[in-house]
Amino acid sequence: MSTQLTETWLDARLEVSFEELARLSGLPEAELRELIEYGALAPSDPQSERWVFSGECVVVARTAKRLRDSFDLDSGALSLALGFLERIRALEEELRSLRAQLPRGP
Amino acid sequence: MKYKDYYAILGVERGADAGAIKKAYRKLAQKYHPDVSKDPQGEEKFKEIAEAYATLKDPEKRAAYDQLGKHASGEDFRPPPDWGRQFGGDSGRGFEDVDLSDLFEQFAGRGRGRTMAMPGQDYEVTAHIGLEEAYRGVTVDLELGVPEFDENGSIRRAQRSFKARIPKGATDGQRLRLRGQGGKGANGGPDGDLYLNVALRPHPLFRASGHDLYLDLPLAPWEAVLGATVKVPTLGGTVQLKVPPGTQAGQKLRLADRGLPKPHGGAGDLYAIAQIAVPRAASEKERVHYEELAKGSSFNPRGHFEQETSHEHSTH
Repeated sequence: MSTQLTETWLDARLEVSFEELARLSGLPEAELRELIEYGALAPSDPQSERWVFSGECVVVARTAKRLRDSFDLDSGALSLALGFLERIRALEEELRSLRAQLPRGP
Repeated sequence: MKYKDYYAILGVERGADAGAIKKAYRKLAQKYHPDVSKDPQGEEKFKEIAEAYATLKDPEKRAAYDQLGKHASGEDFRPPPDWGRQFGGDSGRGFEDVDLSDLFEQFAGRGRGRTMAMPGQDYEVTAHIGLEEAYRGVTVDLELGVPEFDENGSIRRAQRSFKARIPKGATDGQRLRLRGQGGKGANGGPDGDLYLNVALRPHPLFRASGHDLYLDLPLAPWEAVLGATVKVPTLGGTVQLKVPPGTQAGQKLRLADRGLPKPHGGAGDLYAIAQIAVPRAASEKERVHYEELAKGSSFNPRGHFEQETSHEHSTH
């Protein structure tokens, strides 16, 4: 069986509600709220009454769910791990960008 | 059904206590978990490890697993006659196409309300695509081995094929969500989603950084000195690039909007990095020209060496 699919980019343009983020990540809302309190996830406007998150937060929240399930981490440890992973991701991106700018030579 | 030696996968003795099993799992998970490991085989290895741990950490499942007896890894085997009735609650089933992990997964839901709505499983896969494909958009064929229930409610491993469209605008590490294309929901539960991670394959000419592309641009010494208009390849076809006089090696010449297209419009830039290329063996005629140039030129590419050295001498 073969199916033709439709798609959505999980990027900064996409906006999802708090409830949608919980559903897409599979995290219970209480745990998601804890991750926000720890700063692992941030709504686009924290002062707003209705939180809205970027599509990138979906990727982070799904990673959080996988790590929580695989390592039995509490929200504090999870936030720490997510913080390190984000730093690694940013450094790898910088490294990739610098490597791309290095001439390969003849 | 193929036997998997869950104890061997975790590297523990069959009589290991729960603490030893947990410790062995955690050590291996730290090494192979796809979110933390750089091992290209990490994901596959982690799946095995997680499957072994999911069964051995649960006393009831572990007892059921132990009842299967010890076999060689990969050996075809049948569970003992009463095993299904005793543990699976389903004595009449066949075990030919069954994956051991699915059996124990199903085992977890045994006894719970079978009418409860259950959302389908999300699938996550990486699609490796070329730069040209990212530039134009591409439809990729994906094959996934997924657990599915047959008409008797028994679980079977099924091969599912997808055609997933990656629209233009992809770059390395971007994610796509394909709604409703994961596992089927049960009892009215919603279907799961398919998550696609885009990975760009290396290209012989272009190097990608986000949506920007970098290309080495070899120039003859006279092109760099005098300036020139040269043909440059881009993903959209060849363009003419004006190289200004006095172009230095390493200088980046920007071709606006000639990089990868962005998902919501616009595009990255293409940077041609100038390199001064010299002939490995100059012809006699070329040698004469270079010798004339050497005699007639006052250019000293290492002038700053002398300035810096004299400055050092004067300060010591």
